[in-house]
Amino acid sequence: MIKRALIFLVLAFFAWQFLLMVTGWEGLSGLGEIARHYMEKGREELGAANIVTAIVVTYRGLDTLGEVSVLFLAAAGIGFLLGAGRLSRKQDGGNAGGLENEKTRRKASEILETGSDIVVPAIAVFGVYIFVNGHLSPGGGFQGGAVIASAIVLLFLSHPFYSLNHGVLKVTESLSGTVYVGLGLLGLILAGGFLDARFLPVGEFGRILSAGAIPVIYSLIGLKVGAELVGILEQMRRPS
Amino acid sequence: MKAVLVIGLLLMLTGFYGLMTRRNMIKMVLSVAITEVGLQMVMITAGFIRGGTAPILTEDITELASFVDPVPQALVLTAIVIGVAVNALMLAFIIRMYGKRGSLDVRDYTDSKW
Amino acid sequence: MIITALIILMGVTMVVSAVFALHTKNLLMAVIAVGILSLFSSIIYLIMQAPDVAMTEAAIGAGLSTVIFLYALRRTTDRDVDDD
Repeated sequence: MIKRALIFLVLAFFAWQFLLMVTGWEGLSGLGEIARHYMEKGREELGAANIVTAIVVTYRGLDTLGEVSVLFLAAAGIGFLLGAGRLSRKQDGGNAGGLENEKTRRKASEILETGSDIVVPAIAVFGVYIFVNGHLSPGGGFQGGAVIASAIVLLFLSHPFYSLNHGVLKVTESLSGTVYVGLGLLGLILAGGFLDARFLPVGEFGRILSAGAIPVIYSLIGLKVGAELVGILEQMRRPS
Repeated sequence: MKAVLVIGLLLMLTGFYGLMTRRNMIKMVLSVAITEVGLQMVMITAGFIRGGTAPILTEDITELASFVDPVPQALVLTAIVIGVAVNALMLAFIIRMYGKRGSLDVRDYTDSKW
Repeated sequence: MIITALIILMGVTMVVSAVFALHTKNLLMAVIAVGILSLFSSIIYLIMQAPDVAMTEAAIGAGLSTVIFLYALRRTTDRDVDDD
């Protein structure tokens, strides 16, 4: 009973605070100083049409590096917790669980298999399109990586016995991560600072080969995010 | 756009409520996911400017006042990806705990309770 | 005006599905309800002029997150426990 009253009190406190926020809220009337700077200089300095991409990749590039590290740590933690041979022996007694799982997993239907074989490459190419065009249109590395991972989910669903080549995954992830940090250091040496994309020519506004190194960096982020999400899904999928 | 702010705050309240009352660990993770969505909506509202368009420049750029604030959008972009990774990590812990005891009830795990 | 009505309609659906997700006894339905909530929030981001965030939420929040939850349900159980 005391617990319930306590929960109610906490919720009432939060509701009161939120009510104050709502009644006092007037909305932004104009861009702030930082946002104005990014909007004005983003085009001259970086040549990127999508300002969100310019902020994510260059102006707040260190945040993105930290985010990719968090994603990597989470993927590594999941691999550590659910890694091969950790669960099945102990809880099911021998390989009974494995056998049962082989029985319940059945082959997908012909239509699903054929359909996914046609659609999966198209989805993967769409993911690549999203992160290559990240500096021109909405989208970028995170979205493109997620789209590639969803293509792999479709593959997992339509081919239950398909097992992923972990070597390719590992190499893609570590290589793109290393090159990403390497490009950041290159920016430190050749341009204004760590992860500064201006060591490549800015080029003509609106072209795919423009905006310095932003498309390259965002493509690497896309590959890394895609590989990490696929790794997480693969670990979660494995039958226990 | 006060409506979006209200929706976001209501979702956050729902998430807090679920986090405090539910005993099923997967539902606790779902509550965290609901809270995240609410928080992201509040942050997007914080950068919204009435009559603004998406912060994507075109060839003939007219005036900067007609764009919404891009900085909160970049932060929310980061928050979504991290949120899903952290949720997946929590679920991995839950799967391991379920493998040990065969229960999703948080009251069954009192080993480190003081 | 019609946009505001749409936002309010989606907001009501979102709050209702959040409450439903917390109270239903079937965890599978709870996960699907949270997926619906994510999808509607991505539409709201699009209305709020944040296309980047909308894409991320639709691909990661509504798509991959739901799949991860479903895999977790397959490896545990979808029966709920009693709340006090």
